[in-house]
Amino acid sequence: MSRPSKAYIAGAYEHPTRHAVDISVAQLHADVAKGALADAGLTKDDVDGYFCAGDAPGLGGLSMAEYMGLKLRYTDTTETGGSSYVIHLGHAAEAIAAGKCSVALITLAGRPKMASAGATRNYGDDTPDGGFEVPFSPTIVNNYAMAAMRHCHEFGTTSEQLAWVKVAASQHAQHNKHAVRQEVVTVEDVLHSPMIADPLHRLDCCVISDGGGALVVVSPEIAKSLGDRGVKLLGQGEAVKHLNGGKIDLTYTGAVFSGPKAFEEANLTPADMDCAMIYDSFTITVLMTLEDLGFCEKGQGGRFVADGNLISGVGKLPFNTDGGGLCNNHPTNRGGMTKVIEAVRQLRGEAHPKVQVPDCTLALAHGTGGQIGTRMGSATVILGRNDA
Amino acid sequence: MSQSERSYPQPPVTVETQPFWDGAAAGKLLLKRCRDCGETHYYPRALCPFCFSGETEWYEASGQGRIYTYSVMRRVPAPYVIAFVTLAEGVSMMTNIVDCDPDTVAIGQDVQLTFRETEGGYALPVFAPVTA
Ligand SMILES: [Zn+2]
Repeated sequence: MSRPSKAYIAGAYEHPTRHAVDISVAQLHADVAKGALADAGLTKDDVDGYFCAGDAPGLGGLSMAEYMGLKLRYTDTTETGGSSYVIHLGHAAEAIAAGKCSVALITLAGRPKMASAGATRNYGDDTPDGGFEVPFSPTIVNNYAMAAMRHCHEFGTTSEQLAWVKVAASQHAQHNKHAVRQEVVTVEDVLHSPMIADPLHRLDCCVISDGGGALVVVSPEIAKSLGDRGVKLLGQGEAVKHLNGGKIDLTYTGAVFSGPKAFEEANLTPADMDCAMIYDSFTITVLMTLEDLGFCEKGQGGRFVADGNLISGVGKLPFNTDGGGLCNNHPTNRGGMTKVIEAVRQLRGEAHPKVQVPDCTLALAHGTGGQIGTRMGSATVILGRNDA
Repeated sequence: MSQSERSYPQPPVTVETQPFWDGAAAGKLLLKRCRDCGETHYYPRALCPFCFSGETEWYEASGQGRIYTYSVMRRVPAPYVIAFVTLAEGVSMMTNIVDCDPDTVAIGQDVQLTFRETEGGYALPVFAPVTA
């Protein structure tokens, strides 16, 4: 059958570097743009829409448009942290469908290894929530750990179950020669790694890496002219969740809202997905997101991820087959882009043979930006193979 | 953990939140309540986030709360407990749990308001376990 699609991902590219000692942030953005355009069979002169987020140097997309010599009639610099690029995908499809642009470029890049790790984020003294968080020193890992602790309390989720998420990622990363961590780890390895912020151990946490990625989104007409490697964008949903005036519930994420919208637009269900690429800043992020997207009942995420269920060729739902942020790459602490790129590889049959899902036709990618213990942007896309 | 407590960063304060910090300096935890819908919200704002009324008023919280969730930050010279505490007034706030062994902190534990001084000399509302 041929499902309707407003737009296609025609090009995708992940920078091979994980430590950009001698590459500027601007060059990283341009390098990944060049890679994605070459992958699509297009040039920078074909680009008429540009999407980037807060990692792009300069004011919005202006500086990078100038650096790359782009001539634009559409730009969108929606900033929701690591989920930005998954939101950009949906916005690009809408803009293309509305005739506002026809070749949209999305870039992500950065060099976080130059900055101190684990620092408390500060968005400026006028940030209204700042005074009520900064003095308590919530690191990023704390703001995920507190959600994990509550999840364990309400649903009986265990550290062993959380560890299975990392184990699955490491099983995939062993086949990725670019991955930061290529060694296979066991549940025991995770549990015996140092406790960072209860209940999250060091191996429950993603890697920190430099690098970047880019996507090229085009109209169905242009996709057709480029051959059959294009990937269909079948559905997208986005949402913002926050602390709701102090009436909080940290046991779920914004995926509760973004997932159903994406599935509804695609006219598909979680059971239809051949694989899922889920932003994995921490193991708990994956476990809660899978529940919220409807891959299992709320509270059953621990059981769902255990016993290798996320390992390609072993379990029911292959996830993050490149090793994800937990093992492969987490460019500039923003994981949404690389999730989409690996989903594209799977749908083109271009993932590593050891992790390629046979006859992969439908895939989900999900981004989480901000922090699940406070405020987050969540975005879900449903992607389909060219003939899906 | 009194022997090696960490230093508390100075809060960024705005014209909107200055009364909260003035209250803390006087030993009070001030909350905002909406005169129109009656709901208390946190962090305190000029506009009610539930009904968008501009008629919000300060009042003093009881100082009683219960730990909703927490985490112990271990990978620092002086480990500390960060938490969300649900106040008796119904809203939850990010805070630290002090005057305790971090390994004994638990969800559901009753806690009582106390204060710490931040860098820059602000009084910071934190909580300590209620001891029988
Ligand atoms: Zn109100």
